Amino acid sequence: MTTRRHLLIGGGAGLVSLAIAPLPVGATEVLFDEALQSLTNGAEVKAGRVTLTIPGIAENGLSVYTTVAVDSPMTEADHVRAIHILSPRNPIALISSFHLGPRAGRPKVSTSIRLAGSQEVAAVAEMSDGSFWKDSKKVIVTIAACIDGG
Amino acid sequence: MARAPVRISMPDEAKKGEIVDIKAILRHPMETGYRVDNVGKKIPRNIVTDMTVTYGGVEVMRWKLQPGVAANPFIGFSTVAIETGELVFTWTDDTGQVFRESRMLTVT
Repeated sequence: MTTRRHLLIGGGAGLVSLAIAPLPVGATEVLFDEALQSLTNGAEVKAGRVTLTIPGIAENGLSVYTTVAVDSPMTEADHVRAIHILSPRNPIALISSFHLGPRAGRPKVSTSIRLAGSQEVAAVAEMSDGSFWKDSKKVIVTIAACIDGG
Repeated sequence: MARAPVRISMPDEAKKGEIVDIKAILRHPMETGYRVDNVGKKIPRNIVTDMTVTYGGVEVMRWKLQPGVAANPFIGFSTVAIETGELVFTWTDDTGQVFRESRMLTVT
């Protein structure tokens, strides 16, 4: 049976969720670690072999030109399987993943990404032997990509 | 189908074994789903989720996108010129719309 009290409680809860819902919470280090964990499946991520090129000061967080290059011979036996770009502050930690193989010739990809504020962006490379390598760069974002309904 | 809103930059021909640099951009809003319109209604998410490139029928690049990729998604990558063939670029967005464009690469 639905009473007036139930309706009031239900309405109140609806209002609360409405007030919270439009404000997505930025990714924390925890979300970042979770995203990295799901990519690597717990494997160790070593520093090196990856070069992340991103401006130190990004004037517009809506479009930041990013290049990731990996040190690899790109042969059938030893090549880069995937390149991932991650952010510790965006609402979704994983920005994008590139899956490539020996036919890429050169283990280098570039794209434009969104950044929801100043942070340390990371690039992770997955090698054909199953190892993971990482590089990260601090980026100061003057105008953040609008994520709070602005 | 109307011509895809795509721009691709790559050479028409290459020597066998040469590494070919390719740049591709698709005109797309990459709506994150976090924005609201002027009456406070949520604008539904519509991003390009997948982009693939096949060369002579073999996949040479697969790109998984998230809302963290800027509007008008741009990709720069490379491939080894193996044989004369067609490169097919395919983008798929949240609404299921598919954008496809192809380029011939002549290998000498």
